[in-house]
Formats: sequence, C-alpha cells, structure tokens
Amino acid sequence: MSILVDKSTRVVVQGITGKEGAFHAARCREYGTQIVGGVTPGKGGTTHEGFPVWNTVAEAVSKEAATCALIFVPPATAADAIMEAAAAGLSLVICITEGIPVADMVRAKHFVGGTSSRLIGPNCPGVITPGQAKIGIMPGHIHTPGPVGVVSRSGTLTYEVVGQLTSRGLGQTSCVGIGGDPVNGTSFIDVLTLFNQDPETRAIMMIGEIGGTAEEDAAAFIKTHVRKPVVGFICGQTAPPGRRMGHAGAIIAGGKGTAAEKMAALEAAGVTTVRSPADMGATVTKVLGR
Amino acid sequence: MKVHEYQAKALLRDFGVPVPNGDVADTAAGARRIAERLGGKVVVKAQVHAGGRGRAGGIKLADGPGEAERVASQILGMNLKTPQTPPEGILVRKVWVEEASSIERELYLSMTLDRARSTHVVMASSAGGMEIEEVAVRTPEKIFREWAHPALGIADFQARRLAFGLGLVGDVFKTGVALIRSLFALYLAKDCSLVEINPLVVTKDGRLLALDAKLNFDDNALWRHGEIVALRDVHEEDPLDVEASKYGLNYIKLDGNVGCMVNGAGLAMATMDIIKLAGGEPANFLDVGGGASPEQIENAFRILSSDPSVKAVFINVFGGILRVDRLAEGIIAAVKKLGLTLPVVLRAEGTNVEVGKKMLAESGLALTMADDMGDGARRVVALARDGRA
Repeated sequence: MSILVDKSTRVVVQGITGKEGAFHAARCREYGTQIVGGVTPGKGGTTHEGFPVWNTVAEAVSKEAATCALIFVPPATAADAIMEAAAAGLSLVICITEGIPVADMVRAKHFVGGTSSRLIGPNCPGVITPGQAKIGIMPGHIHTPGPVGVVSRSGTLTYEVVGQLTSRGLGQTSCVGIGGDPVNGTSFIDVLTLFNQDPETRAIMMIGEIGGTAEEDAAAFIKTHVRKPVVGFICGQTAPPGRRMGHAGAIIAGGKGTAAEKMAALEAAGVTTVRSPADMGATVTKVLGR
Repeated sequence: MKVHEYQAKALLRDFGVPVPNGDVADTAAGARRIAERLGGKVVVKAQVHAGGRGRAGGIKLADGPGEAERVASQILGMNLKTPQTPPEGILVRKVWVEEASSIERELYLSMTLDRARSTHVVMASSAGGMEIEEVAVRTPEKIFREWAHPALGIADFQARRLAFGLGLVGDVFKTGVALIRSLFALYLAKDCSLVEINPLVVTKDGRLLALDAKLNFDDNALWRHGEIVALRDVHEEDPLDVEASKYGLNYIKLDGNVGCMVNGAGLAMATMDIIKLAGGEPANFLDVGGGASPEQIENAFRILSSDPSVKAVFINVFGGILRVDRLAEGIIAAVKKLGLTLPVVLRAEGTNVEVGKKMLAESGLALTMADDMGDGARRVVALARDGRA
C-alpha cells in the first residue's frame, strides 16, 4: 500500500522540453514511473528525448489516459499550468516550480478547489512511493519500501530523514513534499489523513518549518484523529524573526510562527518531537519499537 | 521587498488614496525649501526601512522652514535605532517633509495574505497608532477583518462593513469605503505582500489621510514590476545580502562564527539549528539551491568567508540535483583565487560524491570530512572555537 502515487499512476510532464523538465522526466522513467509524455504549448506533435509532446494537457488525457501532472513550468506561467492540469481532470497535480507569485497561487488554488484534482506543492520535491513510482526531483536511490510515511515542507531535509531511515533499515510507504510556499495545495492534515488510513504506514515522520500555522493545525488534528505514532521536527529554531529563510513561507511574522511554538503544539498533541535533525531516523526507529 | 514611506505615499497617491502634501529631501536646506513651499507647521520624518521611528527621535514637528531645517539636520546622518533596526541602527539618508495634520481620530488599515485561508485579508481597527499585534491581544473586539474572494477580491459590502466597523459616518464614511477599495486595488495591482496604513487619520476638518504608509512586495512577483524594483534602496540591506542576491543566492548574515553552505532552505535552517545544539553559533543562512553552478558556489564561498567573524565553514549538502563534483569545483576555485585558509568541514551525499570528495582531498584545502550532519556540526563548532576538530 501507499498513498497518492503507485505503479499505475500515469504521468504527463508539463514543461518537458525545458532543461529541468527533460532531465527529471528521464530520471523518473528510469525509476520505473510511467511517464506517458509531456506538454509544451506550441511543440505538440514532436518528440523530446523519446517522450511524445502535446500542446495541451487534455490531449495527454485523451491519448494516453494520463492521471497525474508533474509541473516544471517557469514561475510566470506555472499557476496557469496548474489550472490547465486541473481542468483536464487529472486526479493529482504535482508542481515543482519555485517562485510563483502569491497572488497567482491564491487564484490557482481557488480554481483547483472547484475541480476534483488534488494539488501538491508548489515549491516541493514531489511524491515518491519507493519501489513503485517517483514523481518529482528527489534522489530515488536513497528510498526503500517500508512502514514509515514521510511528510515535509522541505525538500533536502526530507532526503536527509529518508537517508537516516534507509540506513537504519527502515523503509517508507510514501514520501510527500507539500512545499515551502505560503499558499499550497495539500496541507499536513490532508497527508496525515491519508497516512492514518493507509494500513501499511505504521509511523509518520513530519517535518515542519517556521512561518504560518500549518504545524499547529496539524497538531490539533493529530490529537483527535491520528492513531499512529508521529515523530515531528521543526527547522528554523535559530532563525531570526522577520527574515524570509529561503522558502517564501518560512518567516516569523509579528512574533508568530516560531519553531518553539510549533514544537510545543506538537508535543501537547502527543507527537514525539526531535530537537536535533541528526536524530530523526533514530527516533522513528524507537517509536516503532525496533 | 520593502520601500520607504515617501515611495509608498507616492504609490498611494497614484491610486487615489489621500496622503498629506509633502516631498523628500536629502539635505537640511532641501527640507527647509519644502517647508517654505508647504507653509505652516510641518513634520520631518526619517526615511528608513523600520518602524518605531517616532520614539527613537526620527520624527519631529517643526513650526516653520527654519525649524524644519534645524530638525532635518539632526535627523539626517543619525544612526536611527529602533526595536526593528539592527542593533547598530540605520543611517538616515533622506527625510520626508509633510504638512502637519490636525488629527481627530487615529485608525488602522492593512492588507496581507491570510495563509490559513489561502486568500487576502483586509484588517481595520479603530485603535490606530498602536502595533496591531498589541491591539489583537488587548482589545481584539476593535479589529475587523474581511477576507477577499480569491478571484473577485473585496466586494462593496465588505468595504462598507469595514468602514462601519471603524465608526465612520456621513461623508467620511463614503470616502472611507472608496479608500479601502482603492488601497485594495493597489495591493493587487502591485503584488504587495503587505499594505499597512497606521495611522489612517480623520482630520478635524473631516478628511481621511494616510499619515503613514508601509508597503512590502512579493519578491516572487518583482519580475512583472520593474517600476517597483527601481525603488529598491540597497543601503537598507546588509552589503553581503546584496552581494549574494546578485548571484541568485539566498544568503542572510547572522551573528555567529560558523559559516554555513547548504543546498535547500529546510536543510539550511536545520544546519543552523544543529550548529547551535552543538554549542556554536551560525554566521549565516545560505541556500545555494539545487542547481548551483560552480560559479555560484565560488561566489557563495567568497561571500560567506568575507564575513570576518567566520572562523570555520560547514558545507552540508544532500544532493539530488546538486552534483558534488561541481560543488567541489566551485569551492576549489574560490579558495585558490582568494587564498583562503579557513578550516572547512564537509558533509556531502549525492550525485558524483566520490569524485567530488577526491577533488577536495587533493586540493590542499584544510578539509575535514564528516560522517553525518551531527558529526559535521560537532567538528565545525570545535574548529571555530579551538582551531581543532
């Protein structure tokens, strides 16, 4: 079992003729993901590095029954790409693009909400179900199938925890990067809900960061709904207030959104919190009683 | 991105939001000339990217041109220190001189993103002139909020509700509704991340005026606003931050002595955290991103090591996209060009890691290899403190 993506997921890559899009489409295919082709408006009918290219996402759906979009479109047009994918009826839309204007995302998120699509990201590494499908930019080889669900606002910090888990012989059901932007499609709560229902996920690793209240909301949800052990880490314990720490959403504003508040909320909800990012893997091992 | 009050007020005026008449000066004589032109009492205001200017002596009332020149000469060139500035303060290079207003009531109006609701929120409060965070704690009933429809924006009825909440009546009510709508139009048109008018005042002669104006802009949208980018004042930013931004690097200078070079924002923050846990203090936040070129790495290394407080450097990369051999190439180039002798601790995982490590080992660089993040943090903190790993 897994969440969101598996062997049957059929992926269309938007922006496939770009450098990033082409590179990662090939890496995903090597991993075993079903990449059915790509979309670049104006380049329909061509092929790019062995992938068929269409003008619209709707063509990818009608010709190859695509179910999922993976977006590498530049920030200026990425919100539009998200809306096109949702309008084409894809059940999952994963947007890797970093740097989309907030106002564009407010509109795009509202648009997606009126469809049956789920948006992951933007500004995220994507989703991987080890051994089945890698839909994103994460290094596939560090992952291995197993019982831990991983959800995170950060990309490389997710690789860090996955590396720690795999080196201890602990695999993952699925790893979901929800992204570092202030407006994103899928929240911690959405992913926690899925992991909580997934019979193979036996523990959940959740990585948050400073800014906003998504972690506090997740803590309240965990307290009343999640019946599996959750380990939590919040990065940015040493971040100065008022400064944007790389991610657009990582900012302590008006004294709110600190790592200390978030850690306290998670602890109060019964989450096992980790102070040092070096101890994430060991702590998950412990809560699983291994 | 932030702008000065005088720049914000010009934008407000463009969008039909009333502001006091005034102009900007960078000399005391210039301030005098503005005061002469305006006539009557004026207010002289330090132009720095920080709040709390009044209490710090950065805002002064003057009876006429002579006094305007005198207070301007005090304010210009001072290092203004407020709770929002760096401890050493900010040098005041410009003053804004405006007509003094006779104030009947002070109100508050702001617009920003509500992250939890994924849409824009307009906040109004009848307790103007105070920090909104303070009002929210003490008298939350004085704050009114209206959330914009994500696609349609703020409707008239919402602007009216806010104006009623502010206790506006008669003609002032009508101007208040129009002002809220104009300000929201500015907020959207210029991709603002924050518009804050504190205070918005009702004058004794029944006018509404934006007495102060704070505008912040969404950095991700600056590409479509050349006119806003032109307002950037690099004097208000740390010189190393400015230098880093030229190369597309995410760098923030901090107070410690352990330099950090990391790929990815989350891992970069976590690296700062683990340095602190190991008993050290990070000297910077630096995210070189996933696709950094050797040139970017070289510049990143040059910038972080040009901070004189840096005693040791921790390079922590977990690459999917970032190739460790390219990272090594950039570091070696920087060290050779700059003749650096700083000790470096390297923890690297990712593509071509063995090639990269070999290049660095053969480079003659004072390099310590770390097994993992925790090991690397302990070693670099020891190096920064004792000169030994």
